[in-house]
Amino acid sequence: MTLTASAPDAPSPAPATSALSQAWLFTRRHPTLVTGGAIISLMALAALAAPLFAGDPSTMNPAVRLRPPSAQAWLGTDHLGRDVFARVIYGARVSLMVGLLVALVAIGVGTVVGLVAGYFRMADAIVTRLMDGIMAIPAILLAIAMVALMGASVWILILAIVLPEIPRVVRLVRSVVLSVRDAPYVEAARAGGTRLRVILSRHILPSTVAPLIVQATYICAAAIIVESALSFLGAGVSPETPTWGSMIAQSRSHLARAPWTVFAPGFALALVVLSVNLLGDGLRDYLDPRTTRRA
Amino acid sequence: MVAYVLRRIGSTILVMVLVSLLVFLLLRLAPGDPAAVLAGDNASAEQIATLRRLLGLDDPLPVQFLSWLWAVAQGNLGASLYSAEPVTLLMSQRAEATLSLALATLTVAVPLAIVMGVTAAHRAGTGTDRVLMLFAVAGFSLPAFVVGYLLVYLLAIQAGVLPVQGYQPIAEGIGGWAAHLVLPAITLGLIYTALIARITRATMLETLSEDFIRTARAKGLPMRRVLLVHALRNAGVPIVTVIGIGVALLIGGVVVTETVFNIPGVGRLVVDAIARRDYPVIQGVILVCSGIYVLLNLLTDLSYTLIDPRIRY
Repeated sequence: MTLTASAPDAPSPAPATSALSQAWLFTRRHPTLVTGGAIISLMALAALAAPLFAGDPSTMNPAVRLRPPSAQAWLGTDHLGRDVFARVIYGARVSLMVGLLVALVAIGVGTVVGLVAGYFRMADAIVTRLMDGIMAIPAILLAIAMVALMGASVWILILAIVLPEIPRVVRLVRSVVLSVRDAPYVEAARAGGTRLRVILSRHILPSTVAPLIVQATYICAAAIIVESALSFLGAGVSPETPTWGSMIAQSRSHLARAPWTVFAPGFALALVVLSVNLLGDGLRDYLDPRTTRRA
Repeated sequence: MVAYVLRRIGSTILVMVLVSLLVFLLLRLAPGDPAAVLAGDNASAEQIATLRRLLGLDDPLPVQFLSWLWAVAQGNLGASLYSAEPVTLLMSQRAEATLSLALATLTVAVPLAIVMGVTAAHRAGTGTDRVLMLFAVAGFSLPAFVVGYLLVYLLAIQAGVLPVQGYQPIAEGIGGWAAHLVLPAITLGLIYTALIARITRATMLETLSEDFIRTARAKGLPMRRVLLVHALRNAGVPIVTVIGIGVALLIGGVVVTETVFNIPGVGRLVVDAIARRDYPVIQGVILVCSGIYVLLNLLTDLSYTLIDPRIRY
């Protein structure tokens, strides 16, 4: 019996090196992150490029009011004969901008306050009480009152939506700071005479980054919902600017005859919020693998 | 225990004073003269001056705050600028509709959410789990006014099985009252159910991996008993906490839901007040809603010892 060379093993699959296959692998592993991120990116792109393809959102044409979706108006027309598709695309601008700005401001302010509260016991008591006070006021009511009192500019609107979100960030940052404040490496830095600002920014701040990124997406989603709710209730930016909330408010009396006027902005809103939430869940799993696959 | 309860009540009062301060400052820090704001757009200079005196607006700010707080503590929330009726009266007239909606939502949402969360944790990683959690994310993402109009369109306009909108007082018959509440309660309860289901699943997963659960299983207890008695009870504290915290979502949701379904409740009151810039009503509703929220969370905190005897203060 001759010893035959065994058939060569199938070559072990080459490590996925091409960018495309790596991207595919990443998508397989983090489907929510990629799906959410992709939809949001597309929406943002469409909102930015709106003048190039969406048509005019405010041209009224009473001759074609409440027309169902067609080749001329992809999502139909509203009670003033305006193109619903154009209005939905332009509406994304307000929603996405408010969501993004609110998340950035809330994270910025909340991080500074949280660092101070977590590091200095003196400030902690005052800050914690103040945050409890803000959190006790239902967010939508507080925002409504602020907009009603101070007028409905975009900046007041953002301030009104940011304020109730800040305590969430403060609490998060504070709890992270408390957990690392007396860690040996921070103590070593202190003992070595490192300046306070450096300790806070170099040694403590990095621990807060991962949870903050996740929190930012949730705040963004909440801000988009609150903005649209405020517009819906008549306390949003000026009625001339198309927003999803105000579109629904203006169209609701035509729900039975022209459901597309209500559901087009409604589904756009739900899709964006869902994508941001999926992105947040995906980021959470990606940045902190402990919380996933525990099952 | 008594010391803890007293301390907790003390901090609740402190938070409420802070809330009042914020609500008070909101009106005072708004641009323009609060008297002019309160007097409305058509007031003469004389009327504004009278109102200034009446409101004590020439007093130092801290004095103003204390006298306002004193009035609030006595149950005087001021009067509507629109109808001149006391804010407390306006709110009590509309309390039935809002409380009906809130209670209907709670009685459906809480048990449903717990069942969903427990099932998802028990079947973690399976298709059931994924479907339930996808529903939870969707519940988080669908604003009340989108869900509300979808339900109205499908079930009221198309199928015609439920009333489109409005509210029927319970005194005019239980059937009509309940029928008018079905769609609003589903609308309002969706996000609340999603929140509680997610927390229930997470805490149950943690509890199910503990030793005493393995022991209970090893003794041969039926799974249902292990889940509902052994695990759920030990997962109780975070679930009850989130039921309390989630009330904030309900309060915000009530404002939107009552507008969608045209329910004459406290939420409609505040939305109408915004349109008329009726500040005392806005102030009063915010203060009362915050008070209810803070009080409910105090009660949840105090219930921990009942749920989990290991917690002692």
